[in-house]
Amino acid sequence: MAKVTIPIGPQHPSLKEPESFSVTIDGEKIISMTMKLGYNHRGIEKACEERTYLQDMYLIERICGICSHTHSTCFIQAVEEIAGLEIPRRAAYIRSLVGELERIHSHLLWLGVAGHEIGFDTLLMYSWRDREIVMDLLAMLTGNRVNYAINTIGGIRRDINADNIRDILKAVDTLEERTKYYIQIATQEVTLIQRLSGVGTLSFEDAKRLGAVGPTARASNLPRDTRKDDPYAAYGELNFKVVTDTHNDVYGRTLVRVGELMESYAIIRQILTNLPDGPIAVKAPRKIAPGEATSRYEAPRGEDLHYVKSNGSDKPERVKVRAPTLANLQSVSKMLENGYLADFPIVIAAIDPCFSCTDRMIVGVHHPDGELAGAMDWKALRTYSIDWYKKNRGVNFKIKA
Amino acid sequence: MSLASKVLTWARMKSPWIIHFNTGACNACDIEIVAALTPTYDVERFGVQLKGSPRHADVLVCSGPVTKQIADRVVRIYEQMAEPKFVVAVGTCACSGGVFDGCYNIRGGTNTVIPVSAYIPGCPASPEAIIDGVVKLLHSLEVAEAAATK
Repeated sequence: MAKVTIPIGPQHPSLKEPESFSVTIDGEKIISMTMKLGYNHRGIEKACEERTYLQDMYLIERICGICSHTHSTCFIQAVEEIAGLEIPRRAAYIRSLVGELERIHSHLLWLGVAGHEIGFDTLLMYSWRDREIVMDLLAMLTGNRVNYAINTIGGIRRDINADNIRDILKAVDTLEERTKYYIQIATQEVTLIQRLSGVGTLSFEDAKRLGAVGPTARASNLPRDTRKDDPYAAYGELNFKVVTDTHNDVYGRTLVRVGELMESYAIIRQILTNLPDGPIAVKAPRKIAPGEATSRYEAPRGEDLHYVKSNGSDKPERVKVRAPTLANLQSVSKMLENGYLADFPIVIAAIDPCFSCTDRMIVGVHHPDGELAGAMDWKALRTYSIDWYKKNRGVNFKIKA
Repeated sequence: MSLASKVLTWARMKSPWIIHFNTGACNACDIEIVAALTPTYDVERFGVQLKGSPRHADVLVCSGPVTKQIADRVVRIYEQMAEPKFVVAVGTCACSGGVFDGCYNIRGGTNTVIPVSAYIPGCPASPEAIIDGVVKLLHSLEVAEAAATK
């Protein structure tokens, strides 16, 4: 049979975000997949260079609304490393607390989306109903359901009191009860197991070779977790295990995520029992000394990486973000190979993709007459930047012939 | 108002089907839109249902600032929808560009590419605000429809 190439996206019922995939199929079998990123590219990295560190924190938070605490903490850690700030232990614990609550909300969200992609809408409604419990906790702790803005340079902005602790522990008990029910579904429901087993396989070797991160890697038995490998915030003092699985498929990824939910509940209980007293923030300078730092954070989707370079002013010189989804996209290509087209939505959903995190660059859109629309060539770009710096920053770069 | 148009207006107001399109949002508004559809908030009690195809939808729910790469697609999706059609801009970014206003790859709010009927501000717009916006839109349409056919 002749090979056919099918475009999927940017608008497609199975995609929650605009992204364009081009799938080559032979009958029902997928031969290969390529993708075009950049629909969500807003230019945040460049915008960061125009704003102060504190403003950047709020902007960075809006890279992704699902893992906003991830990005703001990752950025702040890099800034604090450059400035040589040691955050109070209580602040580190509360950062971890919000991080774990975020992981719970993200994993419950994923469980629902995965259920929806395989036609199990009851699971979507159940898990999203339970997710509201976490959203209420986050709203109570930080003042907002999404984009919490609890971080500040040198610590956190809001303290928690005994009432909050009691409410969190109560909610965690309810959630644990519900998660046990989901684990029961995942391990006993025959239709779910049969639908997910053997779909989107990624072997241990491939996961390692393609640089998979997060639950995608851990479901291929690769125990890669930044919380253990390079502890940040309070994770060095907490006792938890890295959940791995040997199924290597979408079913394995489901088990890893529900397993991680249980671990998160345990971590939250530890944080709340061992919560140290003391201040929640140290005073941070407005201008950050020259230097550069890289910071890592285990987002619900995998390892997030931020690079910050400062030049002594109150604005960073360069900010670079590498989100977990970008690291996992190579693996998706591999997972889809020799799979069925009908499995496409669930295989994509199984890495828990977040394209607004990923889109750090844009690929030129081809104009009908072959020209790149609005694109500058290297020479024009260079002249433009020299003019810009001359006009806005008073810096005079010499143009070499 | 003839009986046929009365029935048509009633049907339209009681079952507005929506299509959700992320035009460059950070996912925050998107998850709040989905939260509004799930049991705690449940906009389905107003007959609102999420559809996968623009051809089945009456209301286009846009979230996020319009990026340069998505701009053509938003217009194309809007054109694919059948009349009468309405656009709801959810979140501050969709209303005006929000924090991303001035970024090199941003066109601005949703209204820079397609006409918008209702604006729901918030970062992100809470599910309560989304429900309030949708109900207000439906009410204003009902009033307008009644005035037009009098």
